[in-house]
Amino acid sequence: AVGLCPYRALLARRGGALRALCGSVRGLAAGAETHFGFQTVTEAERREKIYRVFESVAKKYDVMNDSMTLGIHRVWKDILVHKMNPTPGTLLLDVAGGTGDIAFRFINYVRSVRERQLQRKLRHHQNLSWQEIAESYEEDKSKSLGDSQVVVCDINKEMLKVGKQKAQHLGYSKGLSWVLGNAEELPFDDDKFDVYTIAFGIRNVTRIDLALQEAYRVLKPGGRFLCLEFSQVSNSLLSRLYDLYSFQVIPVLGEVIAGDWKSYQYLVESIRRFPPQEEFKAMIEDAGFFKVDYQNLNLGIVAIHSGFKL
Amino acid sequence: GTARLSRAEPRAGDGRSGEEEEEEEEVEEGCYQLYPGHIPTSPLQKALLAAGSAVMALCDPYRHDMVAVLGETTGCLALPNLRDKMKRHPEGYRILQERPRIRLSTLDMDRLRGLPDGTLGREYVRFLEDNKVSPDTRMPPKFVDDEELAYVIQRYREVHDLMHTLLGMPTNMLGEVVVKWFEAVQTGLPMCVLGAAFGPVRLSTRKLQVLATELVPWAIRSGRNASCILNVYYEQRWEQPVESLREEIGIFPPP
Repeated sequence: AVGLCPYRALLARRGGALRALCGSVRGLAAGAETHFGFQTVTEAERREKIYRVFESVAKKYDVMNDSMTLGIHRVWKDILVHKMNPTPGTLLLDVAGGTGDIAFRFINYVRSVRERQLQRKLRHHQNLSWQEIAESYEEDKSKSLGDSQVVVCDINKEMLKVGKQKAQHLGYSKGLSWVLGNAEELPFDDDKFDVYTIAFGIRNVTRIDLALQEAYRVLKPGGRFLCLEFSQVSNSLLSRLYDLYSFQVIPVLGEVIAGDWKSYQYLVESIRRFPPQEEFKAMIEDAGFFKVDYQNLNLGIVAIHSGFKL
Repeated sequence: GTARLSRAEPRAGDGRSGEEEEEEEEVEEGCYQLYPGHIPTSPLQKALLAAGSAVMALCDPYRHDMVAVLGETTGCLALPNLRDKMKRHPEGYRILQERPRIRLSTLDMDRLRGLPDGTLGREYVRFLEDNKVSPDTRMPPKFVDDEELAYVIQRYREVHDLMHTLLGMPTNMLGEVVVKWFEAVQTGLPMCVLGAAFGPVRLSTRKLQVLATELVPWAIRSGRNASCILNVYYEQRWEQPVESLREEIGIFPPP
């Protein structure tokens, strides 16, 4: 056996070398085949193309969202945050949060919850002196968010830049952090966050399974996973109208408003490529989440999936 | 909805790490990409593009890409017309065969600068430098569904600066409107007609007066009198004096 070993080892090494060569050539083309819209590309190509799409659309992202959805995307995001129903002190991780829409809504929600808490508290303090009431105002003003925090994580520098500018412009500063990071490999420790959200982002992730696993990892036990994403429409009439609108109108809007047909062509194709509600639910369950459920909005044009880490 | 196919091409193992993605365009509406940069569009999309680009070009005059898109989506009658004019003319025919491009990389700027004053080459370079423009900023065509017509519209765009030179018009709003009037008469492109009609909206009354009384009548007369401007092989006439070329084409001297 000892005699055979070096011969075997040699063979194995040669075979291994050959495999390594093929692997490295493939590695140059980097990895398994996947899709970019309706094209077939390698994983590395897909990541790069998507990065370039968002780099190109970043400045007009919000304008385009309003034009394409006629402002309805705002309602969808409001519903997501209402479903989350965060209490003051919640630590939120918003992945692919780019221009900050979810983060700002979270801050607004927590602030208004906090205000109502303070108002209720004051109503009970009927026999305090004016001095004591003024003092309690001061103390509570400094904690207007009640220690709530949101971390906005995005893989794209341009989107984060736009988000930061927006935050400055709208006056959001406390409780908000911006981190450059990849949903497939988050730069955070285990068991850190109370809520993980990803709004219209998971569709653009190349390995959705890895992103879901990462989501599970960084959530605290008892933490909630929430995903807002385009999904499949079951009603056939609406589906036809939706297809017509998506493929005929949206790229035109992209060309006219943003000067970029191709990015918006990609967008509508990527929506068609994303797994339907039940399949995505199964993927979330595979990552270890419990009590996974989804809620269709607008007959399935958009769906909110939710799961818990127990 | 229309049927969508995805073109799967074997890419593993050949070492190409993604530079050739331009070749792999998705099949849309049953058409393939006819030239680099071509985006096949349905009639509905063209109509929406035409309307959208017209509105956008009016709202934001700095969106030159919208003017270009408008030209492409509305040129379905004028472009074949121009192409046929070129085919019938010996010089135009040669241009269609040889497909010359006017770009900084193809022009010998130093040689042109060295030509005597009054020649086409010298005046063209002077025009580019005075107005701080470059021939490389012209949009390549995207929505023209014929490869030859795409070249015709590309040629029209690249020759635009030479029009400025021949007509002696600067690149301010007034100058552009005058050139548009000339081009509208010459090419019949709806985009030129719209630009000529709506461009003056942003001019002051004094300029409008000059425009209406002197410049536009001259531009129309010249446009009518001149032979097709796309039938001139400009790249072979750099040494020709501008005056002589004007006479040859039939452009009246500028007021």
